[in-house]
Amino acid sequence: MELTANKFKANASKALVDAQLQKALGNVEKGFIGKRQKAADALPEFDALRDNARDIKNHTLAHLDLYLEEYERKVTAAGGHVHWAQTAEDARRIVLDICRKANARTVTKGKSMITEEIALNDHLEANGIEPVETDLGEYIIQLRGEHPSHIIAPAVHLNKEQVEGDFRRVHTHLASERDLSEPVSLLSEAREVLRQRYFAADVGITGANFLIAETGSSVIVTNEGNGDLTQTLGKVHVVVASIEKIVPTLEDTSQILRVLARSATGQDMSVYTTFSTGPKREEDPDGPDEYHVVLLDNGRSAMLGTEYQDMLRCIRCGACMNHCPVYHAVGGHAYGSVYPGPMGAVLTPSLNGIDETGQLPNASTFCGRCEAVCPMRIPLPKMMRHWREREFERNLTPAVARYGLKAWAFFAKRPKLYRFAASLGMPLLSLFGGTSRRFHALPLAGGWTRYRDLPAPEGRTFQQAWAQREALKQEAGH
Amino acid sequence: MSARDSILGKIRASMGSPASNDDRRRTVADRLGSAPAGIIPERAKLAEAERIELFCAMAEQFGATLARVGSYGEVAGEVSGYLRDRNLPATIRIGADKRLKAAGWETEKNLELRHGPSDGSDMTGVSHATAGIAETGTVAMMSGQDNPTTINFLPEHHIVVIKAGDIKGDMESVWAMVREKQGKGEMPRALNLITGPSRSGDIEQTILLGAHGPRALHVIVVD
Repeated sequence: MELTANKFKANASKALVDAQLQKALGNVEKGFIGKRQKAADALPEFDALRDNARDIKNHTLAHLDLYLEEYERKVTAAGGHVHWAQTAEDARRIVLDICRKANARTVTKGKSMITEEIALNDHLEANGIEPVETDLGEYIIQLRGEHPSHIIAPAVHLNKEQVEGDFRRVHTHLASERDLSEPVSLLSEAREVLRQRYFAADVGITGANFLIAETGSSVIVTNEGNGDLTQTLGKVHVVVASIEKIVPTLEDTSQILRVLARSATGQDMSVYTTFSTGPKREEDPDGPDEYHVVLLDNGRSAMLGTEYQDMLRCIRCGACMNHCPVYHAVGGHAYGSVYPGPMGAVLTPSLNGIDETGQLPNASTFCGRCEAVCPMRIPLPKMMRHWREREFERNLTPAVARYGLKAWAFFAKRPKLYRFAASLGMPLLSLFGGTSRRFHALPLAGGWTRYRDLPAPEGRTFQQAWAQREALKQEAGH
Repeated sequence: MSARDSILGKIRASMGSPASNDDRRRTVADRLGSAPAGIIPERAKLAEAERIELFCAMAEQFGATLARVGSYGEVAGEVSGYLRDRNLPATIRIGADKRLKAAGWETEKNLELRHGPSDGSDMTGVSHATAGIAETGTVAMMSGQDNPTTINFLPEHHIVVIKAGDIKGDMESVWAMVREKQGKGEMPRALNLITGPSRSGDIEQTILLGAHGPRALHVIVVD
């Protein structure tokens, strides 16, 4: 997709007045937050498992080169092929080559964010191969020519009436008077239409939630079963996964699985957790004839050893965006990048550079809920702050903010002057606040007062108020 | 330089050339060899009777239906009853699992058994689970002629037979079973952990059963 991260403010303004979108976004808060909390509360070991999951990934990242080598050895021993891709372009080329060798006309796809990252569908289409998304949400947005607005609920920005309209527009072979008013009839229709596509497809492409070094297995975690049909019925199964998906053992996978579904959808386990190891074997009646893994770097190795390394622990559960007030207000498309929400605000600058994406780490109130719910305990606000610092260093911050910060820094470095200026300013602002004690408009702060009032100061500076409070405490103590 | 060497090289460079690679290699080999278990939730640590109870309760909580029978000989009758109660055709798809061969099919004269993998035309499939996980009401299915993977996903109704003694407390116990069958570090081509029937919440976050996989999962526990 075209990166429009630096139009975040404009995108957000549009999103805020989009009535359809605002209605659909209500489902994010309603759907995810309570379910996650309930699932977490029902497992006393949940927080300890989060610590353990974090430690497992930290250990893996510290030995990533060795675990990747071992993983490759095991995949090859099971009869699979490992392809290494440094860039998105390399990965697209490798997947296209595999499809061409299989004489593929159509490929089915399980839900995969990594194939969004490398814009695989456009590349296949441009080369005469039809990609068919099979996850219900992905199928819907493919019909609409859109991109996912959420990493696990790609069509969360839509209402059922919009889906009905798309199905009527595209499924013209079905009776026009059919009833599609309920989600269940929409689901049944998608099931019927896609059933035929699995059997017709030559290649099935999936992502991976985990790659296990111990066994050479790729793991997908799904609820619909489409990923399994995709990888079982195609003659060739291609797994596209980034290098940080590696975990050492089956036991390590189990630890992380216990926090993944609970954090994502509030389920104890997703319906289907599938471990795939190599192609069909001699005695197998079903499964793919070929099994390929495309291991993608695309900027991740450069994150190791930096202040952004912790981001590589991310397991793409979506909890950070489900709990983000900014995401709730504007939805995923406003971010203008493949990965929305707090995890996207950290990852996208790492993958695409801060020059093109500087508005994303600023699209946060720093309320801290994303970090509080992250199953992998990724310090997302801290990393967004790091990106803001980088942005400032590179003179990318808007001029007004730069001068404002510089003026503040001038005073902040001179405490006496700061106290003096503040002690003059506060009573003055208090006076201007009038009887309503609020400002409806302020010079240089129009962006704030356009949407809400600014409360007027009480008249004393913070330091004065603090000194008085401490004095009172001392008195009370004696 | 190959893409492989370049990526591995970048990873190593980012670690600031670690002091001793021998130590790192030993750490990795140890972890892969010993596969430490981590945290096992208390609720998974139960004696056999309670463990089976928990398995049944969790499976039902996540949308499966449950039946318990006293022996393999009663399985065919239970399957027939399931089909009859739901007005389903008396035809099932089934693999070559020996335990299922002795399920008493001869007494169900009207029931047609189709053998081999599913081709997508089957309304009901029957498979035998390798193991169960009480912690989450999950069944573990291994690919192969005995229980083809397609039977897990293509039929509208999936009936899974499981031996009560194969129901373990946690996922980790299933890995121990798989290692015993396959050898350490080896896996079947596909291992499916299945928890309830297929579902989707993609339209307005409304959870609906029967997305692309089975609309119904029926588990028969053989005591």
